[in-house]
Amino acid sequence: MKVLVSVKRVVDYNVRIQVKSDGSGVVTDGVKFSMNPFDEIAMEEAVRLREKGKVTEIVAVTIGGAKNEETLRSALAFGADRAIHIKEEGEVQPLTAAKAFAAVLKKEGAQLFLCGKQAIDDDANQTGQMVASLLDIAQATFASKVEVDGAKAQITREIDAGLETLEVDLPAVVSVDLRLNEPRYLKLPDIMKAKKKPIETIGLGDVGVTAEAGTKTVKVSPPPARAKGVMVKTVDELVAALKSKGLV
Amino acid sequence: MSKILVIAEHSDGKLNAGVAKAVAAAQKIGGEIAVAVLAADGAAVAAQAAKLDGVAKVVVVNNAANAYPIAAVLAPQIAELAAGYTHVLFPGTTFGKDLAPRVAAKLNVQQVSDIMAVHAPNQFDRPIYAGNAITTVEAAAGTVVATVRQASFNAVGEGGSAAVETVSVSAALPSHTRFVKIEAQKSARPDLQAASRVVSGGRALGSSENFKVIYDFADKIGAGVGASRAAVDSGYVPNDMQVGQTGKIIAPELYFAIGISGAIQHLAGIKDARTIVAINKDPEAPIFEVADIGLVGDLFTVVPELQGKL
Repeated sequence: MKVLVSVKRVVDYNVRIQVKSDGSGVVTDGVKFSMNPFDEIAMEEAVRLREKGKVTEIVAVTIGGAKNEETLRSALAFGADRAIHIKEEGEVQPLTAAKAFAAVLKKEGAQLFLCGKQAIDDDANQTGQMVASLLDIAQATFASKVEVDGAKAQITREIDAGLETLEVDLPAVVSVDLRLNEPRYLKLPDIMKAKKKPIETIGLGDVGVTAEAGTKTVKVSPPPARAKGVMVKTVDELVAALKSKGLV
Repeated sequence: MSKILVIAEHSDGKLNAGVAKAVAAAQKIGGEIAVAVLAADGAAVAAQAAKLDGVAKVVVVNNAANAYPIAAVLAPQIAELAAGYTHVLFPGTTFGKDLAPRVAAKLNVQQVSDIMAVHAPNQFDRPIYAGNAITTVEAAAGTVVATVRQASFNAVGEGGSAAVETVSVSAALPSHTRFVKIEAQKSARPDLQAASRVVSGGRALGSSENFKVIYDFADKIGAGVGASRAAVDSGYVPNDMQVGQTGKIIAPELYFAIGISGAIQHLAGIKDARTIVAINKDPEAPIFEVADIGLVGDLFTVVPELQGKL
Protein backbone atom coordinates (compact mmCIF):
# COMPACT_ATOMS: atom_id res chain seq x y z
CA MET A 1 0.00 0.00 0.00
CA LYS A 2 1.17 3.45 -0.90
CA VAL A 3 0.74 6.42 1.44
CA LEU A 4 0.92 10.08 0.47
CA VAL A 5 1.95 12.54 3.18
CA SER A 6 1.57 16.28 2.73
CA VAL A 7 4.11 18.48 4.49
CA LYS A 8 4.26 22.26 4.89
CA ARG A 9 7.13 24.63 5.58
CA VAL A 10 6.17 27.00 8.40
CA VAL A 11 7.76 29.43 10.83
CA ASP A 12 9.28 27.28 13.58
CA TYR A 13 6.97 26.84 16.57
CA ASN A 14 9.56 28.30 18.97
CA VAL A 15 9.71 31.62 17.14
CA ARG A 16 7.94 34.53 18.81
CA ILE A 17 5.85 35.94 15.98
CA GLN A 18 6.18 39.63 15.13
CA VAL A 19 3.69 41.48 13.01
CA LYS A 20 5.17 43.80 10.35
CA SER A 21 4.60 47.46 11.13
CA ASP A 22 2.81 48.03 7.80
CA GLY A 23 0.28 45.31 8.64
CA SER A 24 1.08 43.28 5.54
CA GLY A 25 1.96 40.10 7.40
CA VAL A 26 4.36 38.68 9.95
CA VAL A 27 8.14 39.02 9.90
CA THR A 28 9.68 36.04 8.10
CA ASP A 29 13.09 37.45 7.14
CA GLY A 30 15.85 35.87 9.18
CA VAL A 31 13.34 33.66 10.95
CA LYS A 32 13.80 29.91 11.40
CA PHE A 33 11.47 27.71 9.37
CA SER A 34 10.77 24.02 9.85
CA MET A 35 8.29 21.33 8.95
CA ASN A 36 4.84 21.94 10.45
CA PRO A 37 4.98 19.92 13.72
CA PHE A 38 1.70 18.14 12.98
CA ASP A 39 3.07 17.08 9.59
CA GLU A 40 6.07 15.55 11.37
CA ILE A 41 3.60 13.40 13.28
CA ALA A 42 1.98 12.40 9.97
CA MET A 43 5.41 11.47 8.54
CA GLU A 44 6.27 9.50 11.67
CA GLU A 45 2.98 7.58 11.43
CA ALA A 46 3.63 6.71 7.79
CA VAL A 47 7.05 5.33 8.74
CA ARG A 48 5.60 3.34 11.65
CA LEU A 49 2.94 1.85 9.35
CA ARG A 50 5.74 0.75 7.03
CA GLU A 51 7.65 -0.74 9.97
CA LYS A 52 4.50 -2.73 10.80
CA GLY A 53 4.40 -3.99 7.22
CA LYS A 54 1.19 -2.15 6.34
CA VAL A 55 2.79 0.33 3.94
CA THR A 56 5.19 -0.35 1.10
CA GLU A 57 5.86 3.11 -0.26
CA ILE A 58 5.81 6.58 1.28
CA VAL A 59 5.56 9.62 -0.98
CA ALA A 60 5.85 13.13 0.49
CA VAL A 61 4.20 16.05 -1.25
CA THR A 62 4.29 19.80 -0.74
CA ILE A 63 3.12 22.89 -2.56
CA GLY A 64 4.92 26.24 -2.55
CA GLY A 65 8.06 28.09 -3.56
CA ALA A 66 11.62 26.89 -4.08
CA LYS A 67 12.50 26.91 -0.36
CA ASN A 68 9.94 24.18 0.31
CA GLU A 69 12.47 21.73 -1.03
CA GLU A 70 14.14 21.82 2.43
CA THR A 71 10.93 20.53 3.97
CA LEU A 72 10.75 17.72 1.44
CA ARG A 73 14.36 16.82 2.31
CA SER A 74 13.27 16.54 5.96
CA ALA A 75 10.41 14.28 4.89
CA LEU A 76 12.87 12.13 2.95
CA ALA A 77 15.12 11.99 6.01
CA PHE A 78 12.13 10.81 8.06
CA GLY A 79 11.82 7.93 5.64
CA ALA A 80 9.80 8.98 2.62
CA ASP A 81 10.96 7.06 -0.47
CA ARG A 82 10.48 9.97 -2.83
CA ALA A 83 8.90 13.39 -2.92
CA ILE A 84 6.80 15.56 -5.18
CA HIS A 85 7.20 19.33 -5.16
CA ILE A 86 4.31 21.23 -6.68
CA LYS A 87 6.11 24.48 -7.32
CA GLU A 88 4.04 27.62 -6.91
CA GLU A 89 5.70 30.87 -5.90
CA GLY A 90 2.44 32.74 -5.27
CA GLU A 91 0.19 32.44 -2.25
CA VAL A 92 -1.45 29.03 -1.97
CA GLN A 93 -4.78 28.82 -0.19
CA PRO A 94 -6.22 25.59 1.24
CA LEU A 95 -8.68 24.80 -1.56
CA THR A 96 -5.96 25.20 -4.19
CA ALA A 97 -3.57 23.00 -2.21
CA ALA A 98 -6.35 20.44 -1.72
CA LYS A 99 -7.14 20.32 -5.45
CA ALA A 100 -3.47 19.76 -6.25
CA PHE A 101 -3.03 17.09 -3.55
CA ALA A 102 -6.25 15.34 -4.62
CA ALA A 103 -4.94 15.16 -8.20
CA VAL A 104 -1.60 13.73 -7.00
CA LEU A 105 -3.37 11.24 -4.72
CA LYS A 106 -5.45 10.01 -7.63
CA LYS A 107 -2.53 9.83 -10.04
CA GLU A 108 -0.36 7.95 -7.52
CA GLY A 109 -3.18 5.60 -6.54
CA ALA A 110 -2.25 6.03 -2.86
CA GLN A 111 -4.59 4.37 -0.38
CA LEU A 112 -3.92 6.72 2.49
CA PHE A 113 -3.40 10.49 2.64
CA LEU A 114 -1.82 11.61 5.90
CA CYS A 115 -1.47 15.24 6.94
CA GLY A 116 -1.26 17.36 10.08
CA LYS A 117 -4.61 18.48 11.50
CA GLN A 118 -3.57 22.07 10.83
CA ALA A 119 -0.52 24.11 9.94
CA ILE A 120 0.68 26.33 12.76
CA ASP A 121 1.03 29.40 10.53
CA ASP A 122 -2.45 30.01 9.10
CA ASP A 123 -4.19 27.59 11.54
CA ALA A 124 -6.75 26.91 8.80
CA ASN A 125 -7.39 23.21 9.50
CA GLN A 126 -9.00 22.68 6.09
CA THR A 127 -6.77 21.01 3.51
CA GLY A 128 -7.19 17.35 4.53
CA GLN A 129 -10.97 17.57 4.73
CA MET A 130 -11.06 19.32 1.35
CA VAL A 131 -8.92 16.62 -0.29
CA ALA A 132 -11.37 13.98 0.98
CA SER A 133 -14.36 16.01 -0.12
CA LEU A 134 -13.02 16.61 -3.64
CA LEU A 135 -12.43 12.87 -4.11
CA ASP A 136 -15.59 11.81 -2.23
CA ILE A 137 -13.52 9.52 -0.01
CA ALA A 138 -13.56 8.96 3.74
CA GLN A 139 -11.93 11.33 6.20
CA ALA A 140 -10.91 11.02 9.83
CA THR A 141 -9.56 14.22 11.38
CA PHE A 142 -7.72 14.71 14.70
CA ALA A 143 -6.48 11.11 14.73
CA SER A 144 -4.87 9.79 17.91
CA LYS A 145 -4.73 6.15 16.75
CA VAL A 146 -4.54 4.64 13.27
CA GLU A 147 -5.01 0.92 12.61
CA VAL A 148 -4.89 -0.25 9.01
CA ASP A 149 -6.44 -3.62 8.24
CA GLY A 150 -6.51 -4.57 4.57
CA ALA A 151 -8.86 -2.29 2.67
CA LYS A 152 -10.15 -0.68 5.87
CA ALA A 153 -8.81 1.35 8.74
CA GLN A 154 -9.99 2.10 12.27
CA ILE A 155 -9.21 5.62 13.39
CA THR A 156 -9.60 7.01 16.88
CA ARG A 157 -10.28 10.73 16.86
CA GLU A 158 -9.81 13.29 19.62
CA ILE A 159 -13.03 15.28 19.62
CA ASP A 160 -14.57 17.65 22.18
CA ALA A 161 -16.78 14.91 23.62
CA GLY A 162 -13.98 12.38 24.06
CA LEU A 163 -12.44 9.69 21.90
CA GLU A 164 -14.42 8.65 18.83
CA THR A 165 -13.63 5.62 16.70
CA LEU A 166 -14.55 5.49 13.02
CA GLU A 167 -14.12 2.69 10.53
CA VAL A 168 -13.26 3.90 7.05
CA ASP A 169 -12.85 2.23 3.67
CA LEU A 170 -9.59 3.05 1.92
CA PRO A 171 -8.59 5.26 0.23
CA ALA A 172 -9.05 7.72 3.06
CA VAL A 173 -7.69 10.98 4.38
CA VAL A 174 -6.41 11.00 7.95
CA SER A 175 -5.39 14.24 9.65
CA VAL A 176 -3.28 13.65 12.71
CA ASP A 177 -3.34 15.16 16.18
CA LEU A 178 -0.66 15.62 18.79
CA ARG A 179 -1.25 12.39 20.70
CA LEU A 180 -0.76 10.02 17.77
CA ASN A 181 2.98 9.56 18.21
CA GLU A 182 6.21 11.30 19.07
CA PRO A 183 8.25 11.96 15.92
CA ARG A 184 11.80 10.58 15.93
CA TYR A 185 14.86 12.79 15.88
CA LEU A 186 16.43 12.84 12.45
CA LYS A 187 19.89 11.24 12.46
CA LEU A 188 22.76 12.50 10.35
CA PRO A 189 23.02 9.34 8.20
CA ASP A 190 19.32 9.64 7.36
CA ILE A 191 19.76 13.32 6.47
CA MET A 192 22.69 12.39 4.22
CA LYS A 193 20.73 9.56 2.62
CA ALA A 194 17.81 11.93 1.98
CA LYS A 195 20.03 14.07 -0.25
CA LYS A 196 20.18 11.26 -2.77
CA LYS A 197 16.47 10.49 -2.85
CA PRO A 198 14.45 11.78 -5.81
CA ILE A 199 12.30 14.92 -5.73
CA GLU A 200 10.00 15.37 -8.72
CA THR A 201 9.16 19.00 -9.41
CA ILE A 202 5.91 19.79 -11.17
CA GLY A 203 3.66 22.81 -11.62
CA LEU A 204 0.01 23.34 -10.75
CA GLY A 205 -0.77 23.08 -14.46
CA ASP A 206 0.70 19.56 -14.52
CA VAL A 207 -2.06 18.42 -12.15
CA GLY A 208 -4.71 20.43 -13.98
CA VAL A 209 -5.23 23.03 -11.24
CA THR A 210 -5.23 26.82 -11.53
CA ALA A 211 -4.30 28.95 -8.53
CA GLU A 212 -7.48 30.87 -7.86
CA ALA A 213 -8.11 34.10 -6.04
CA GLY A 214 -9.76 33.28 -2.77
CA THR A 215 -9.73 34.96 0.57
CA LYS A 216 -8.02 38.35 0.49
CA THR A 217 -5.88 39.47 3.41
CA VAL A 218 -6.82 43.05 4.26
CA LYS A 219 -4.32 43.44 7.10
CA VAL A 220 -2.49 41.62 9.85
CA SER A 221 -2.36 43.11 13.33
CA PRO A 222 -0.89 42.13 16.66
CA PRO A 223 -3.42 40.78 19.17
CA PRO A 224 -4.81 43.34 21.63
CA ALA A 225 -2.38 43.75 24.52
CA ARG A 226 -3.55 42.83 27.98
CA ALA A 227 -3.57 45.57 30.60
CA LYS A 228 -0.61 45.42 32.97
CA GLY A 229 -1.35 43.24 35.96
CA VAL A 230 -0.50 43.59 39.62
CA MET A 231 1.72 41.44 41.81
CA VAL A 232 0.45 40.59 45.28
CA LYS A 233 2.62 39.34 48.12
CA THR A 234 0.27 37.24 50.23
CA VAL A 235 -2.79 35.06 49.87
CA ASP A 236 -4.79 37.66 51.81
CA GLU A 237 -3.86 40.28 49.24
CA LEU A 238 -4.84 37.88 46.48
CA VAL A 239 -8.24 37.27 48.07
CA ALA A 240 -8.72 41.03 48.47
CA ALA A 241 -7.79 41.63 44.82
CA LEU A 242 -10.25 38.97 43.65
CA LYS A 243 -12.98 40.45 45.87
CA SER A 244 -12.35 43.98 44.59
CA LYS A 245 -12.87 42.71 41.05
CA GLY A 246 -16.10 41.02 42.12
CA LEU A 247 -14.74 37.63 41.11
CA VAL A 248 -15.35 35.80 44.38
CA MET B 1 -29.48 41.09 2.41
CA SER B 2 -27.53 38.17 3.77
CA LYS B 3 -29.22 34.82 4.23
CA ILE B 4 -27.32 32.84 6.81
CA LEU B 5 -27.53 29.13 7.52
CA VAL B 6 -26.11 28.00 10.86
CA ILE B 7 -25.41 24.29 11.15
CA ALA B 8 -26.57 22.81 14.45
CA GLU B 9 -24.28 20.54 16.39
CA HIS B 10 -26.12 18.26 18.80
CA SER B 11 -25.85 15.00 20.66
CA ASP B 12 -28.36 12.93 22.63
CA GLY B 13 -31.14 15.32 21.63
CA LYS B 14 -29.35 18.35 23.06
CA LEU B 15 -28.26 21.38 21.08
CA ASN B 16 -24.57 22.16 21.55
CA ALA B 17 -23.86 25.46 23.33
CA GLY B 18 -21.62 26.48 20.40
CA VAL B 19 -24.64 26.93 18.13
CA ALA B 20 -25.92 29.94 20.11
CA LYS B 21 -22.48 31.50 19.65
CA ALA B 22 -22.53 30.87 15.90
CA VAL B 23 -25.97 32.53 15.81
CA ALA B 24 -24.43 35.51 17.64
CA ALA B 25 -21.85 35.78 14.85
CA ALA B 26 -24.68 35.51 12.30
CA GLN B 27 -26.44 38.43 14.01
CA LYS B 28 -23.28 40.52 13.62
CA ILE B 29 -23.28 39.70 9.90
CA GLY B 30 -26.93 40.72 9.78
CA GLY B 31 -29.75 39.30 7.70
CA GLU B 32 -32.10 36.37 7.87
CA ILE B 33 -30.85 33.53 10.05
CA ALA B 34 -31.85 29.89 9.68
CA VAL B 35 -30.56 26.92 11.68
CA ALA B 36 -30.22 23.51 10.04
CA VAL B 37 -30.69 20.39 12.16
CA LEU B 38 -29.61 17.12 10.58
CA ALA B 39 -30.58 14.17 12.74
CA ALA B 40 -32.35 10.83 12.81
CA ASP B 41 -35.23 12.62 14.49
CA GLY B 42 -34.48 16.31 14.89
CA ALA B 43 -37.69 17.47 16.60
CA ALA B 44 -36.24 17.96 20.09
CA VAL B 45 -33.10 19.72 18.86
CA ALA B 46 -35.14 21.88 16.47
CA ALA B 47 -37.34 23.01 19.35
CA GLN B 48 -34.25 24.20 21.23
CA ALA B 49 -32.80 25.92 18.14
CA ALA B 50 -36.16 27.65 17.50
CA LYS B 51 -35.82 29.45 20.84
CA LEU B 52 -32.50 31.09 19.99
CA ASP B 53 -32.85 34.87 19.61
CA GLY B 54 -32.52 36.08 16.05
CA VAL B 55 -33.35 32.76 14.40
CA ALA B 56 -36.12 33.14 11.80
CA LYS B 57 -36.42 29.54 10.73
CA VAL B 58 -35.24 26.06 11.68
CA VAL B 59 -34.78 23.59 8.85
CA VAL B 60 -34.86 19.91 9.83
CA VAL B 61 -33.54 17.00 7.79
CA ASN B 62 -34.59 13.68 9.31
CA ASN B 63 -32.63 10.68 8.10
CA ALA B 64 -31.50 7.53 9.91
CA ALA B 65 -28.05 8.12 8.35
CA ASN B 66 -27.78 11.27 10.49
CA ALA B 67 -28.15 9.41 13.79
CA TYR B 68 -24.48 10.01 14.49
CA PRO B 69 -22.71 13.02 12.94
CA ILE B 70 -20.23 11.92 10.26
CA ALA B 71 -18.75 14.73 8.17
CA ALA B 72 -18.73 12.73 4.93
CA VAL B 73 -22.45 11.98 5.34
CA LEU B 74 -23.52 15.45 6.48
CA ALA B 75 -21.50 17.48 3.95
CA PRO B 76 -23.41 16.63 0.75
CA GLN B 77 -26.72 17.32 2.52
CA ILE B 78 -25.50 20.69 3.81
CA ALA B 79 -24.07 21.61 0.40
CA GLU B 80 -27.55 21.02 -1.02
CA LEU B 81 -29.27 22.99 1.77
CA ALA B 82 -26.81 25.87 1.19
CA ALA B 83 -28.43 26.81 -2.12
CA GLY B 84 -29.93 30.29 -1.76
CA TYR B 85 -27.88 31.16 1.32
CA THR B 86 -25.07 33.71 1.30
CA HIS B 87 -23.37 32.27 4.40
CA VAL B 88 -23.02 28.84 6.00
CA LEU B 89 -21.69 29.03 9.56
CA PHE B 90 -20.47 26.25 11.83
CA PRO B 91 -19.56 26.36 15.52
CA GLY B 92 -15.76 26.27 15.77
CA THR B 93 -15.80 22.99 17.68
CA THR B 94 -14.20 19.74 16.54
CA PHE B 95 -17.58 19.00 14.87
CA GLY B 96 -17.50 22.23 12.86
CA LYS B 97 -13.79 22.09 12.09
CA ASP B 98 -14.16 18.57 10.73
CA LEU B 99 -17.25 19.32 8.66
CA ALA B 100 -16.98 22.89 7.31
CA PRO B 101 -14.05 22.35 4.88
CA ARG B 102 -15.81 19.30 3.48
CA VAL B 103 -18.80 21.52 2.69
CA ALA B 104 -16.65 24.39 1.37
CA ALA B 105 -14.89 22.08 -1.10
CA LYS B 106 -18.27 20.79 -2.28
CA LEU B 107 -19.31 24.39 -2.90
CA ASN B 108 -15.92 25.16 -4.50
CA VAL B 109 -15.13 28.05 -2.15
CA GLN B 110 -12.29 28.82 0.24
CA GLN B 111 -13.32 28.68 3.88
CA VAL B 112 -12.78 31.26 6.62
CA SER B 113 -11.70 29.45 9.80
CA ASP B 114 -12.35 30.65 13.32
CA ILE B 115 -13.94 34.05 12.81
CA MET B 116 -13.52 36.18 15.92
CA ALA B 117 -15.05 39.47 14.75
CA VAL B 118 -17.29 40.62 11.90
CA HIS B 119 -16.50 43.90 10.11
CA ALA B 120 -18.79 43.44 7.11
CA PRO B 121 -20.82 40.54 5.72
CA ASN B 122 -17.70 39.34 3.89
CA GLN B 123 -14.97 40.78 6.16
CA PHE B 124 -13.80 39.05 9.31
CA ASP B 125 -11.00 38.89 11.82
CA ARG B 126 -9.43 35.51 12.47
CA PRO B 127 -6.43 34.38 14.51
CA ILE B 128 -3.27 33.05 12.90
CA TYR B 129 -0.09 31.77 14.53
CA ALA B 130 -2.15 30.52 17.48
CA GLY B 131 -3.58 33.96 18.09
CA ASN B 132 -0.19 35.68 18.13
CA ALA B 133 -1.42 37.69 15.14
CA ILE B 134 -4.89 38.61 13.94
CA THR B 135 -5.65 38.79 10.26
CA THR B 136 -8.52 40.71 8.71
CA VAL B 137 -9.74 38.85 5.64
CA GLU B 138 -12.26 39.39 2.91
CA ALA B 139 -14.01 36.32 1.56
CA ALA B 140 -14.18 35.90 -2.20
CA ALA B 141 -17.45 36.03 -4.12
CA GLY B 142 -19.70 33.03 -3.60
CA THR B 143 -21.05 31.39 -0.48
CA VAL B 144 -19.14 32.35 2.66
CA VAL B 145 -18.36 29.16 4.58
CA ALA B 146 -16.93 29.85 8.03
CA THR B 147 -16.39 28.41 11.48
CA VAL B 148 -17.08 30.64 14.48
CA ARG B 149 -14.48 30.88 17.22
CA GLN B 150 -16.18 29.84 20.44
CA ALA B 151 -14.20 32.14 22.72
CA SER B 152 -15.07 35.27 20.72
CA PHE B 153 -18.87 35.41 20.81
CA ASN B 154 -21.39 35.37 23.66
CA ALA B 155 -24.32 33.00 23.20
CA VAL B 156 -27.59 34.64 22.13
CA GLY B 157 -30.56 34.44 24.49
CA GLU B 158 -33.44 32.00 24.29
CA GLY B 159 -36.50 34.19 23.89
CA GLY B 160 -37.32 33.34 20.29
CA SER B 161 -39.93 31.15 18.64
CA ALA B 162 -38.84 30.44 15.09
CA ALA B 163 -40.87 28.37 12.64
CA VAL B 164 -39.70 24.77 12.20
CA GLU B 165 -39.80 23.29 8.74
CA THR B 166 -38.97 19.68 7.80
CA VAL B 167 -37.31 19.28 4.43
CA SER B 168 -35.80 16.42 2.47
CA VAL B 169 -32.61 16.40 0.46
CA SER B 170 -31.75 14.24 -2.51
CA ALA B 171 -27.95 14.14 -2.19
CA ALA B 172 -26.44 10.64 -2.41
CA LEU B 173 -24.82 9.70 0.91
CA PRO B 174 -21.59 7.70 1.10
CA SER B 175 -21.19 4.51 3.14
CA HIS B 176 -17.37 4.56 3.32
CA THR B 177 -17.31 5.97 6.86
CA ARG B 178 -18.91 4.15 9.77
CA PHE B 179 -19.28 5.12 13.40
CA VAL B 180 -17.85 2.51 15.76
CA LYS B 181 -17.93 4.01 19.25
CA ILE B 182 -17.35 7.02 21.42
CA GLU B 183 -15.68 6.95 24.79
CA ALA B 184 -17.00 10.03 26.52
CA GLN B 185 -14.86 11.65 29.15
CA LYS B 186 -17.11 11.62 32.18
CA SER B 187 -16.56 14.31 34.72
CA ALA B 188 -18.67 15.86 37.42
CA ARG B 189 -16.73 19.10 36.93
CA PRO B 190 -17.80 21.86 34.56
CA ASP B 191 -16.75 21.44 30.94
CA LEU B 192 -13.44 23.17 30.32
CA GLN B 193 -14.65 25.14 27.34
CA ALA B 194 -17.94 26.23 28.86
CA ALA B 195 -16.80 26.89 32.45
CA SER B 196 -16.75 30.48 33.74
CA ARG B 197 -13.91 29.53 36.08
CA VAL B 198 -10.97 27.30 35.19
CA VAL B 199 -8.04 26.14 37.31
CA SER B 200 -5.04 24.72 35.44
CA GLY B 201 -1.95 23.01 36.77
CA GLY B 202 1.47 22.73 35.19
CA ARG B 203 4.67 20.77 35.39
CA ALA B 204 5.39 22.11 38.88
CA LEU B 205 2.68 19.81 40.26
CA GLY B 206 5.24 17.04 39.85
CA SER B 207 2.90 14.03 39.75
CA SER B 208 -0.64 12.97 39.04
CA GLU B 209 -1.19 12.41 42.78
CA ASN B 210 -0.20 16.00 43.49
CA PHE B 211 -2.82 17.19 40.99
CA LYS B 212 -5.29 16.60 43.86
CA VAL B 213 -4.36 20.11 45.04
CA ILE B 214 -5.75 21.46 41.76
CA TYR B 215 -8.88 19.29 41.79
CA ASP B 216 -9.70 20.19 45.40
CA PHE B 217 -9.31 23.91 44.78
CA ALA B 218 -11.34 23.72 41.55
CA ASP B 219 -14.15 21.86 43.32
CA LYS B 220 -14.20 24.47 46.08
CA ILE B 221 -14.81 27.30 43.59
CA GLY B 222 -16.87 25.28 41.08
CA ALA B 223 -14.25 25.46 38.34
CA GLY B 224 -13.29 23.30 35.39
CA VAL B 225 -9.82 21.78 35.48
CA GLY B 226 -7.16 22.19 32.80
CA ALA B 227 -3.45 21.60 32.43
CA SER B 228 -0.44 22.83 30.51
CA ARG B 229 1.04 20.72 27.74
CA ALA B 230 4.04 20.08 29.99
CA ALA B 231 1.77 18.50 32.62
CA VAL B 232 0.04 16.39 29.95
CA ASP B 233 3.33 15.31 28.40
CA SER B 234 4.62 14.33 31.83
CA GLY B 235 1.61 12.04 32.14
CA TYR B 236 0.02 13.82 35.14
CA VAL B 237 -3.35 14.24 33.43
CA PRO B 238 -5.05 13.08 30.20
CA ASN B 239 -4.68 15.06 26.99
CA ASP B 240 -8.28 16.25 26.87
CA MET B 241 -7.40 18.58 29.76
CA GLN B 242 -4.72 20.36 27.76
CA VAL B 243 -5.15 24.12 27.45
CA GLY B 244 -3.15 25.87 24.74
CA GLN B 245 -2.40 26.14 21.06
CA THR B 246 -2.37 22.39 20.60
CA GLY B 247 -5.16 21.75 23.09
CA LYS B 248 -8.26 23.69 24.03
CA ILE B 249 -8.60 27.44 23.62
CA ILE B 250 -10.69 28.80 26.45
CA ALA B 251 -12.16 32.11 27.61
CA PRO B 252 -13.34 31.83 31.22
CA GLU B 253 -14.17 34.82 33.43
CA LEU B 254 -11.52 33.73 35.89
CA TYR B 255 -8.45 31.62 35.13
CA PHE B 256 -5.93 30.27 37.62
CA ALA B 257 -2.56 29.22 36.17
CA ILE B 258 -0.89 27.25 38.95
CA GLY B 259 2.69 26.07 38.59
CA ILE B 260 2.56 26.95 34.90
CA SER B 261 5.56 28.82 33.49
CA GLY B 262 3.60 30.27 30.56
CA ALA B 263 5.05 28.88 27.34
CA ILE B 264 3.87 30.68 24.18
CA GLN B 265 1.83 27.60 23.35
CA HIS B 266 -0.09 27.78 26.66
CA LEU B 267 -0.64 31.54 26.53
CA ALA B 268 -2.23 31.12 23.10
CA GLY B 269 -5.00 29.11 24.75
CA ILE B 270 -5.87 31.62 27.50
CA LYS B 271 -5.56 35.00 25.75
CA ASP B 272 -9.29 35.62 25.97
CA ALA B 273 -9.66 34.83 29.67
CA ARG B 274 -11.17 37.87 31.43
CA THR B 275 -8.91 37.68 34.52
CA ILE B 276 -5.77 35.58 34.77
CA VAL B 277 -4.33 34.73 38.18
CA ALA B 278 -0.84 33.20 38.21
CA ILE B 279 0.74 31.37 41.11
CA ASN B 280 4.33 30.29 40.54
CA LYS B 281 7.45 30.08 42.65
CA ASP B 282 9.64 31.49 39.85
CA PRO B 283 9.29 35.30 39.79
CA GLU B 284 10.74 35.33 36.25
CA ALA B 285 8.09 32.98 34.83
CA PRO B 286 6.61 34.44 31.60
CA ILE B 287 3.09 33.74 32.92
CA PHE B 288 3.45 36.85 35.11
CA GLU B 289 3.74 39.00 31.97
CA VAL B 290 0.14 38.21 31.04
CA ALA B 291 -1.35 37.70 34.51
CA ASP B 292 -3.77 40.27 35.90
CA ILE B 293 -2.88 39.17 39.41
CA GLY B 294 0.38 37.37 40.20
CA LEU B 295 1.61 35.74 43.36
CA VAL B 296 5.11 34.34 43.76
CA GLY B 297 5.03 31.37 46.09
CA ASP B 298 5.01 27.61 46.58
CA LEU B 299 1.76 26.34 45.13
CA PHE B 300 1.55 23.53 47.69
CA THR B 301 1.18 26.05 50.52
CA VAL B 302 -0.46 28.93 48.63
CA VAL B 303 -3.29 26.98 47.01
CA PRO B 304 -4.61 25.22 50.15
CA GLU B 305 -4.41 28.54 52.01
CA LEU B 306 -6.34 30.28 49.23
CA GLN B 307 -8.86 27.47 49.22
CA GLY B 308 -9.44 27.96 52.94
CA LYS B 309 -9.95 31.70 52.59
CA LEU B 310 -12.45 31.69 49.71
